[in-house]
Amino acid sequence: MTYLDHAATTPMHPAAIEAMVAELARTGNASSLHEPGRRARRIVEESRESLAESLGARPSDVILTGGGTEADNLAIKGLFWARRLADPRRRRVLVSAVEHHAVLDPARWLERQGAELVLLPVDAAGVLDLAVLRAEIDRHADEIALISVMWANNEIGTVEPLAAVVAAAAPHGIPVHGDAVQAVAHLDVDFAASGLDAMTVSAHKLGGPVGIGALLARRGLGLEPVVHGGGQERGVRSGTLDVPATRAFAVAVEHAVADRPGEAARLSSLRDRLLTGVEDAVPDAVVRGPRREGRLPGNAHLTFPGCEGDSLIYLLDSAGIACSTGSACQAGVPQPSHVLLACGIEDRTARGALRFSLGRTSTAADVDALLAVLPEVVARARTAGLAGVG
Amino acid sequence: MRVLAALSGGVDSAVAAARAVDAGHDVVGVHMALSRSRAEHRQGSRGCCSIEDAGDASRAADVLGIPYYVWDLSERFEQTVVADFLAEYAAGRTPNPCVRCNEHIKFSTLLDKATALGFDAVATGHYARIERAEDGSPSLHRSRDLAKDQSYVLAVMGPDRLARALFPLGDVGSKDEVRAEAARRGLGVSEKPDSYDICFVADGDTAGFLRERLGQRPGPVVDTDGVVVGGHDGAFAYTVGQRKGLRLGRPAPDGRPRYVLDVQPVSNTVVVGSVDLLEVHGLSASDAVWFGPPPQTWTGCTLQVRAHGTPVAAQVRALDPSDGRPAGLEVRLDEPVRGVAAGQCAVVYAGDRVLGQATIAAAVR
Repeated sequence: MTYLDHAATTPMHPAAIEAMVAELARTGNASSLHEPGRRARRIVEESRESLAESLGARPSDVILTGGGTEADNLAIKGLFWARRLADPRRRRVLVSAVEHHAVLDPARWLERQGAELVLLPVDAAGVLDLAVLRAEIDRHADEIALISVMWANNEIGTVEPLAAVVAAAAPHGIPVHGDAVQAVAHLDVDFAASGLDAMTVSAHKLGGPVGIGALLARRGLGLEPVVHGGGQERGVRSGTLDVPATRAFAVAVEHAVADRPGEAARLSSLRDRLLTGVEDAVPDAVVRGPRREGRLPGNAHLTFPGCEGDSLIYLLDSAGIACSTGSACQAGVPQPSHVLLACGIEDRTARGALRFSLGRTSTAADVDALLAVLPEVVARARTAGLAGVG
Repeated sequence: MRVLAALSGGVDSAVAAARAVDAGHDVVGVHMALSRSRAEHRQGSRGCCSIEDAGDASRAADVLGIPYYVWDLSERFEQTVVADFLAEYAAGRTPNPCVRCNEHIKFSTLLDKATALGFDAVATGHYARIERAEDGSPSLHRSRDLAKDQSYVLAVMGPDRLARALFPLGDVGSKDEVRAEAARRGLGVSEKPDSYDICFVADGDTAGFLRERLGQRPGPVVDTDGVVVGGHDGAFAYTVGQRKGLRLGRPAPDGRPRYVLDVQPVSNTVVVGSVDLLEVHGLSASDAVWFGPPPQTWTGCTLQVRAHGTPVAAQVRALDPSDGRPAGLEVRLDEPVRGVAAGQCAVVYAGDRVLGQATIAAAVR
């Protein structure tokens, strides 16, 4: 099997598996006062310090969650509730139109709680329209509860101009959240340097286990809890801490960050080989997202005219290639991607999308295996796309 | 063979897929998403392709160890099956949407897409048998379990498409046998209720669905002398042979129950009368499909005019296409039958073998 879906989830780093397995064999609730509890607490806090150091944050910034989706929910809902509590005029929630559903859906849900959702437009490559953002801030600064713009897009790999977003928001004291789930493994992510008020990280996208992530939230940032209970994690995220997963998360981030410069360069060149190869093999395929610069090193995203994404996925799967349409499914039905639609791509074109995402275990042989079967797969999918239309 | 098994999430299609695997085929499961707005759960025996059904189909594929995909055919389903259903009712006829689904979706869009993707055949959980002649040409037969037989709704596909179909349940003795087999195979859907009714009319209220989609059109209910005996909200909601729900104010002079005899869409009139007036002695039908040479002279056969209807003895002959009208057929019934509705299918059998089928255009009284 050729695995080209690292943006969905990527293999755990052997060191993270080793650390996790070692901790699974031990007992101790990090909130307990006895020796096993103290030992567990120490592992958690050492991991927290390690995570903070790897990500350019302070240990107290790190709020451990049950994954990236929960961290996004905490950021969007927690910030909205806290900001509106402090000033009831702050009802506007500004998010980019290409956010992950873990940001978009909480924001839409908040509309039922009185929020006014403002979807910020992007250009054809998925880059945020800063002029619209600035105009919105100029007009409504006192009414904006929060801004959320992702560090890099999970589907088309676009790296967003976060520094400019922060610069526009900072003079007005508007908090900015950035979903960095896809960014940490491959881009130079430094929480303090970014100027973000809150940032989402997920373990399983960078070699850690599924089911753990973190919201980095600068100290003093008002955040209402989403999960109430025992008061863990600054009282913002209750629940017994998952010691083995936390340890594995920290180990995975350490390795990802240490390997990052080399990996980013290696994957960029592998990605370019893939894009060039696909364009040669299927001349009418269209690269989506930024051309080469300004996109995630491991991300390649294309649309194939006349093809249905589900046909392409089936044919590649049966040829031993695992990849994705890149967009969310509803009970297994690939939906036309909201990201592509936001880029101005029409519905039918958007249905013929494929995302190939590379990671730590990707090799040139993986790319070549894809290129060897792709022309026939696309030709067949095109025939199938025409079947039943008439 | 490379076989695409259509998995509805029900017990029949799951066992059919399992039998295709047992037969040594290279099987891939596909669940068709046919509804635009999919309900979370199925309401008892009504509706289909809910998200729960997709989940059940996925689990069945897991148990069988076959790949599983969901194909979204909802747009095509709406454009063909639902659109035809509405147009036929609006024209005063009584459509059979299961026939149209087999014609336009399962053995057309799905089969063509499967063929294009490299599959040799599509397997479904239908109850019908396929026999192959020495030259390989297939013939369609009633299932061994006559109570479950679905050859009536399958005949529309014709011989070319039948050649690429597999019905692994054609020779089972009963539905109980299928349920027992599902349980033995560890398929969790073994106890799932059968689905009846029209899948896209989720609450089973066909008249309400038609009113919602076609609008209300009040008009008269008249007797055979043209005397107005009641009113209705839209003639399209009535079907020939219907007795219940007529809401006629006063009884017939002779006190006998009245039935719908005719639905006249242009004048938006429903005609009612006594049961003996429902008797028909023959019919003509259009868009004929034949599984062999069309009978050019009157030929003895058995005829079925409704799903689950009783087959009756008749004489059939093919009508050549003329004046731009597609080929049809006409039938003389040995004994009169009641309740023949335009829009339903007339399926012609020789014993248990399907000779052909066509859509009923008119009854001969």
